[in-house]
Amino acid sequence: MNETHLTGHISKRFDTELEDLRSQVLAMGGRVEEQVANGLRSLIESDAALAEQVAGNDHRINAMEVAIDEKCVDILARRQPAASDLRLVVAIIKTITDLERIGDQAEKLGRFELELIAEGSTSSQYAQLEHLGERVIRMLRKALDAFARLDDEAALKTIKRDNKINAEYEALTRQLITLMMEDPRSIKNALRVSWCARALERIGDHASNICEYVIFLVRGKDVRHIDYGTLKKQLRE
Amino acid sequence: MNAQPQALDPAQETVGTPFIDDPKISTRHVDVWYGDKQAIFDASLDVGNNEVVALIGPSGCGKSTWLRCLNRMNDTIDICRVEGELKLDGEDIYDRAMDPVLLRARVGMVFQKPNPFPKSIYDNVAYGPRLHGLARNRADMDEIVETSLRRAGLWDEVKDRLDAPGTGLSGGQQQRLCIARTIAVGPEVILMDEPASALDPIATAIIEELIDELRENYSIVIVTHSMQQAARVSQRTAYFHMGRIIEVGDTKQIFTNPRHQLTENYITGKFG
Ligand SMILES: Nc1ncnc2c1ncn2[C@@H]1O[C@H](COP(=O)(O)OP(=O)(O)OP(=O)(O)O)[C@@H](O)[C@H]1O
Ligand SMILES: [Mg+2]
Repeated sequence: MNETHLTGHISKRFDTELEDLRSQVLAMGGRVEEQVANGLRSLIESDAALAEQVAGNDHRINAMEVAIDEKCVDILARRQPAASDLRLVVAIIKTITDLERIGDQAEKLGRFELELIAEGSTSSQYAQLEHLGERVIRMLRKALDAFARLDDEAALKTIKRDNKINAEYEALTRQLITLMMEDPRSIKNALRVSWCARALERIGDHASNICEYVIFLVRGKDVRHIDYGTLKKQLRE
Repeated sequence: MNAQPQALDPAQETVGTPFIDDPKISTRHVDVWYGDKQAIFDASLDVGNNEVVALIGPSGCGKSTWLRCLNRMNDTIDICRVEGELKLDGEDIYDRAMDPVLLRARVGMVFQKPNPFPKSIYDNVAYGPRLHGLARNRADMDEIVETSLRRAGLWDEVKDRLDAPGTGLSGGQQQRLCIARTIAVGPEVILMDEPASALDPIATAIIEELIDELRENYSIVIVTHSMQQAARVSQRTAYFHMGRIIEVGDTKQIFTNPRHQLTENYITGKFG
């Protein structure tokens, strides 16, 4: 196995192009993370203005995705990258798709919160949502860090975090179902809270995908659709 | 990262899969000298049936030298000395009993610069079969010439001017003429040393398509400086570096995930 370096090409311009590409992805990641954090905060603090801002900001993320995509196509056409360069471009094309989807989920958080506020809701479930949300944000941050540092070990560890998120999401869903059965008047709001939880859970899945791309990029191994135990064993070999 | 980048260790074995089952050509521990300067160090590599093997590596790393060992073209260079085991279908290529002229009919070669003889298109192709007495009469020879030109994808372009000089063709046509000349003697292996380096993308595509078709009947070893060409035409790729075979692997693996740092640096265009 080789070490993965972005730079060191005889063509300095190619080095610069890859560096630029990487920082654009990191910038997009930062923006997405901010959207998720703001979406969550708007929920917890019932902050309509912030929710509005989150819902309205998604187009910026979409624009970033388009710009990065274009740069990737340009590099594929002009540089015909191979080996780790090729894996980098492919990993980036995939990563930004997941980032864009995370952006969509964050936008949903904002929109649901606006609806909740319109309904005059004060749900007792927000505390759990906060806990789940913070877990998801931590995972997303770790996934982006692993990408920034091309750290396959960190990516592997981060994938594992998704299990806890899924468990917490399921527990929260069960609570919401109980609540809805006990008090049918709560159904409308409880459903929205459930959708928010679902959006957060989906963000965890996308973060997990990003970690898989990091492993592909560093190791040259496609580790999608493999359970964690097998994955860990394969990578330690 | 728990993986260790591999440095160039003189005693290090080739990384990857240099050996295969049932090889057409097998070479083991080949050393080549030009005078007292060693050009190939302990090179071992197999070539399979119906397989295209691409040889890549920096200029001067020994690709052509190793290629020329396979049909004893190096015999023509006085100061060149070849040691090690080289076999074609299990027969020792350097055995005294092996006739180099017959060997070169079995292991044909196409060079970087198309080198048609200053003869007609027809005679260029008929030259080898005549030398080896492969045709009993004119009709036989006509057929060999037509079949060879067809297989080389040149027939339609030259069938009305077979008596015109081969040197009057375009570069891409001349290269296909040389391929026709090579296959006219019914070789088992074709060696190509940068066969498309002087050709435009269309002529290159035609040659590459031809290589793919030829693979059905022959084993092919191709030296190329175009990474994309190696990736397009070959099933396995060998990376040469300073006279050693550093890494051999399935072409897809070499171009998506090479195992050796030197291979990675070379194909990504990085300083070694
Ligand atoms: N006829 C010769 N006499 C002396 N030295 C030679 C001869 N042919 C090649 N060499 C030397 O052997 C080494 C390998 O040369 P070779 O031609 O095999 O390299 P190559 O990989 O084919 O390079 P290129 O990509 O430039 O064609 C070089 O150092 C070269 O100088
Ligand atoms: Mg050469």
